[in-house]
Formats: sequence, structure tokens, C-alpha cells
Amino acid sequence: MLKFIAMKLGLALLVALTVSFISFSLLYMAGDPAISMAGEGASAEVIAAVRQQYGFDRPLLVQYFDWLMRALSGDFGISYYFKTPVSAMVAERLPVTMTIGALGMGFALCLAIPTGVLAAAFPNTWVDRMALGIAVVGQAIPSFWFGLILIVIFSVNLGLVPASGTRSWTGYILPMIVLGYYATPAIMRLTRAGMLDVLSADYIRTARAKGLHWGSVLFKHALRNAIIPVVSLAAVQLGFMFGGSVVVESIFALHGAGFLAWESISRNDLPTMQALILIFSMFYIGFTLLADILNAWLDPRLRAG
Amino acid sequence: MKLASVFATILLPACLASSLAYAGKADDVLNIAFSRELEHVDPYYNTAREGILLGAAVWDALLYRDPKTGTYVGNLATAWTWIDTTTLELTLRQGVKFHNGEAFDADDVVFTLNYVVDAKNGNKSQTNTNWIKSAEKVDSFKVRIHTNGPFPAALEYLAGPIIIQPNEYYTAVGQQGVATKPIGTGPYRMESVEPGKHFVLKRNPDYFAAAKPKATIETIDIRTVPDANTQMAELFNGEIDLVWGVPADQADKMAKMGKFQVVNAPTMRVGYLSLDAAGRTGAKNPMTDLRVRQAVNYAVNRQGIVDALMKGTSAVINSACSPVQFGCEQAVMTYAYDPAKAKALLAEAGYPNGFSLDFYAYRDRPLAEAMIGMLAEVGITAKLNYMQYSALREKRIKDGTPISFMTWGSNSISDVSAVTSAFFRMGGEDDARDPAVAALLEKGDGSVDADERKAAYSKALTTIADKAYWVPLWIYSSNYVMGADVSFTPTPDELIRFYDISWK
Repeated sequence: MLKFIAMKLGLALLVALTVSFISFSLLYMAGDPAISMAGEGASAEVIAAVRQQYGFDRPLLVQYFDWLMRALSGDFGISYYFKTPVSAMVAERLPVTMTIGALGMGFALCLAIPTGVLAAAFPNTWVDRMALGIAVVGQAIPSFWFGLILIVIFSVNLGLVPASGTRSWTGYILPMIVLGYYATPAIMRLTRAGMLDVLSADYIRTARAKGLHWGSVLFKHALRNAIIPVVSLAAVQLGFMFGGSVVVESIFALHGAGFLAWESISRNDLPTMQALILIFSMFYIGFTLLADILNAWLDPRLRAG
Repeated sequence: MKLASVFATILLPACLASSLAYAGKADDVLNIAFSRELEHVDPYYNTAREGILLGAAVWDALLYRDPKTGTYVGNLATAWTWIDTTTLELTLRQGVKFHNGEAFDADDVVFTLNYVVDAKNGNKSQTNTNWIKSAEKVDSFKVRIHTNGPFPAALEYLAGPIIIQPNEYYTAVGQQGVATKPIGTGPYRMESVEPGKHFVLKRNPDYFAAAKPKATIETIDIRTVPDANTQMAELFNGEIDLVWGVPADQADKMAKMGKFQVVNAPTMRVGYLSLDAAGRTGAKNPMTDLRVRQAVNYAVNRQGIVDALMKGTSAVINSACSPVQFGCEQAVMTYAYDPAKAKALLAEAGYPNGFSLDFYAYRDRPLAEAMIGMLAEVGITAKLNYMQYSALREKRIKDGTPISFMTWGSNSISDVSAVTSAFFRMGGEDDARDPAVAALLEKGDGSVDADERKAAYSKALTTIADKAYWVPLWIYSSNYVMGADVSFTPTPDELIRFYDISWK
């Protein structure tokens, strides 16, 4: 088991490095940071001075390793635009994103797993159709529209929650629903498929023949086996959510890491983008790794590979 | 464990804070929404309109332009005189204090000006300051500004974007310190800054109020709410008292509800199509032909777009500047909508079946698409390339574009030098590269005689219209939506002076 974890960990590190190098090169290809930093009406001399001052004239590899060495010690540099340390800014904004990500995932699991199980327990009945309906609608509604409808109903008309911001904990409710609902369909369909598979297995018939309570068969015996692929999927989705949702953060004025990433891209703010890309890919890789380990623990057959 | 600590750090304080927020007239808090994150509160380190607003609230400039009469009056300076054509001497006001108690004197002025003109310090609004060569202290309350050649628009800049920083404080905390705790002399002091997200201004009770009045509202609470629909929802909920830049259709609906005040006011921002007359995208580019450029001018139904899509006080312009700006000649060649004439001109230029080209734009997509439709009607197939502003600007500087739909707000500078000269004096975004026009503008920018300036600008703008270098489109207007108890009159320079806002 230890060897398995060490191997996966090594692979994850390699992936993280590759992602950061590719994104670094792409960012430099996408735009000239010196022109955007120099500002409006800057002369060619000023632009050249900026280029030299920030070292954009050095070879790409040199710039990359310089950045990487400092990044490894936690120094992501100063944002070109906010003129404040990137690490402090990211540290301030990540918790918002992580909070709605975790809440959204919680919401998605609470909605998707029970409905998925029920849909599998009563296949091709009105229960299954309703679950399918929830999934299809969740897949089809664009987040920005869903978010606005919720704001109109629950904030403007009913006055139950604030429309934007996080001045009160109630401000997290609507973003949680929008983000969570988006992740619901995939988890629900996978739960249903897994459950259908397991429910036709012999041991379930045995369990029911023994006279066990039906609910206990469903949730205790069947779900445990059906949940393995769901764990992998949920981990990947949580990785996505921690990368921030530009749409949800922008509608609800949450100022999380996703919105910060969007703003820094449109402003060519390289240090901020680089730090965020590294952190987002770490999340993604970390959660995938966690899912691998979790699955290996659940199913010893996977450890061999 | 991790999650629990996240909850503890984020949710708990949020719960406690919830009882403190929300306000309005009762608590003397004016809630305002910014549409985008302001990167840095120091006006020299952002190029955003929001930055200009904070600049006017927290800091002071040496002079002040009365928004009603347009005349310059003293602010941090009390008197000023041109010693020669490149030296301006200013006498400074005594007894003014910065928000941290630091006394204002000549050192602050000299420090600020020399700091922002030094390329090393990375001032982002070069157009505002690149006319200054240096500043020099004469005595404690007298300074001299040396300019790079005669620059008559100097007073306009000294009354607008050039604000004065406290030298001792600034040197001590640096750019990074100022980013979270800026200090000025203005009618409001900055109480707190969460970079990009949230700004709280408090009334400065000791404001010297020589030109700008003392503020009346105690607290201005500014939050960044990027989504226009969410801004509307917050207005409905009474948690925002004032927003601007509201799209025309939404403003109409809000006005009909009767709960809000909706005011439409013109701005200094002009829209234009820049045509590649200099052939920077290729010498064979059709835009190098005068007849093609004229055809494009005739093909665009500007009045139709203004009436159908922009509404309010937006209006068609014919000259390459905003009509309220000094020197903006109005008696120039006009191109009324005439698609038949456009087709005839294209045929004459050798394009009887039209041609296709890339059309670049960065905002107002519906307007860009309307213009592309009109070009298609005369046979020009324009492919829309919709980009971020910074990326488009970079492309225009590096490679040029055949045709770009651009806008320019002149940084609220009411002088033609802030717009026509910015785009026709062989700068990076000059698509005409016409030496005659550049020479005329240089003459206008460099003369101290008002009539001489007007004459030079008039000739330049007449040539620009005759040669159809641009398609001057329209001036933008802005819709302000405010709560029923807010008293505020918008000005055409689109500058929201927080100290001019009061409760009804």
C-alpha cells in the first residue's frame, strides 16, 4: 500500500510540474505583459524599460525556473495589477471558493445519492422518471440563468437571502444550490447505474431472502459497493469546484479565486495567473490522488496495478 | 479539520457582521456598486473610471475645474502663472493637512510629480503626465513645473487626474502600503480597502473646502458587483443606492416602476471605427483607398443605431472628438447614411462585388453586430473578432487592424489633445499616420494661444473628416439609477463626485 501511494504521489508531482510549465509557456505566448503593464499611451521606450525591469527579455526557461524556485518557497511575487503579494491575495480569496465548493459538493451528494438510489430501486417508474427529470434540468439550465432566477425568487420577491456578497452566512445558500445542482446529474446517474448493477447481484437476493429490511439492503449492502466509482467522480468534481466557478462567483459577487483568475487573465496579470493555475492543478491532482488511494483501500484488486 | 477551520474563519465572522451591514439614509451610508474590480486605489496605478472617482474623493489636485462653468479655480494651489512657455509657477495653499496629519507643502507636490514622471515607477496613465519634465521647489509654498515643450492643456490635467500624494507617508509605505491604506487631502478619507472588492470612505470633517465642497454623506460604502442583473436585484432590495452604466432597456423598465430615479446624462466617451488608411495590415488593404473609407462612412446608419439601441442622450458625432471638448471643430464633412452612394464608391474603387475583412471590437457586441450587418448590405463582409480590451490594444499597437470599433473616454479631460492627439500623432494606435495631421495637432498641442490652437485643431479635424480616417460614431450616454432619497445630478464628464451627493 505504501509503495502504491509513493508511486501515485510521484506521478502527481510530475503532472503538476508539467501543467505549470505548459501554462507558463502558453501565457507568455498569449500576450506581451510589458505592453499591458506600461498602460495607456506609453511610448516604446517605457515599454522597453518595463520589459527589462521585470526581466521579460530573458529566455523563457530561465524565467520559468526563476519563478518555480520562488514559488516553491511560497513566494508567488507581486501582482502586476493589485501591487500586493499574490500569496496574500490568493490566501484571502481561496477560502470563499473552497467554502462554496465544499457546500456545493455537499448539496450535490445529498441530492444525488438518495435520488440515484431510489431511481435504481424503482427503475422505469415515475420515481425514476422524476430523478431523470432533475438530472436533465440540472444539465440543461445554464448556471447564470438559474442563479438569477433564484435571486429574483428568494432574494427580491421573498426577501429570505441576500442577492450577493457574503456579509451574512445566508449569502452562501444560493451559490451552494447553483453550484451543487450543476454537479448533481453526473453523480446521480452514476449512482443509479452502479446500484442497478449491484442490485441484480446474487448476494442482494440472498440478503433479501434472509428477510433483511429492504432499506437496510439498499443503503447498507448495495450502496457500499455501488459508491466506488462515485467517489472518484465526486473527487474530480470537487477539484473542479475548488478551481472556482467564474459564473457563480460573478453573479453572486463572491470575489473568490475563480473570479480572480478571470480578472487576471483579462489583464495579463502573469504572477496571479501562474499561482492560481498551480494551485488549481494541485487541487485537481490532489483530489484525484485521494480518490485513487480511497478506491485502492476499498478495493484491494486496484493496488496490484 | 481543514473544512472546520474554513467554516470558523469565514462563516462565523460573516454571521456576526450581518447585523452591522445594510443602510441608506437612516444610517447615513450611501451604498454604491462598482462593476469591475479596481486594481489599485492610487489613481496613477489604474486606468479605470472607478479609479478617477476615488481619486477625486480621497485626494486633491492643484486646481479645480468648476463642472458648471468650466473655469479653473485654485484648489491645493491658490495662484498660477506661466513664467515662460514651458514653466508654470504655482503658489500653494497653506494650512492644508493630509488625512494622517502630515502638513501639505511644496515637497509633496515636487515629490508626487517627479515620482510619476519617472518611468521606473511604472505610472500607468502616461498620457496624463508625459507632458511634465520635472517639478522644482522654489520655497515651502511655491513650486515650478517644467514642461516638455509648450503645453497649454496643462491646467486641465492639473485640475483633473494629477492628484498630490503625501511625500513622507508615501516614501515610508511605498506603492504596496498605499494600495491598502491611501492617504490624501480630499473630502473623504479611505477607511478600509479590501483590494478589488470593497472600499469604505468616511467624511473628512476637517476638509479645507476651498474649491470642492465638504462632503455631506458620512459614509460611502462601495462594493464590486460585477453582474449588472445582480446590481439591479440589490437595488430592488435597497442594498445599493446608486449604480451607473445601466443598459438602456433595463433603465427604461426601472423608470416605469416609479420606485427609483433614472437619469440619463451624456458622457465624454466617443465611439469610432478606426480604418487602416496607412496600410499597416498590408499595402493592398482596401482601407488605404479614400473611396473605400468614404463608402464605409456612408454605409453605417449611425442615427439608426443610436435611436434603436443606445437611446437616451447619446448622439451621433461627425468629428473625431467629443463636442464638449475644447477645440472640437463641428463644421466638418458629414457622411449621412446612404448605402447606394457607398456601393457606387466601392464600385469606383474597384470593388463592385465588395470584399471581406476582419472587424475587431472589444465592447458593445450588439452595436458591433449592427454595423457589420450594415457593411454587409453594401457588399463588405466583415468577420467579427471580439477580444479583451488589453489584447486588442496590444494587437493594434503591434500589427494594426483593418477596421476596429473602439471607444475613448478621454480620462474626462475636456480638451481635444486628450483624444484626437492621442490617436493621430503617430502613436501606436494611429491608423492614419498622416504627417500633415500630426503636424497640425502638434502645433495645437504646443501653442499657448487659444485662437491659434483652435485654428490648428480645426484644420486637423477637417482633414481627418475629409480623408475619412475614422468613422466617428456617437457619444455614449450613461444611465444612472438611484434610490428615491438620493440627490445627485450627473455631469457630462461622467465623474461622480461623491461629495456632491446628498440625501433628499
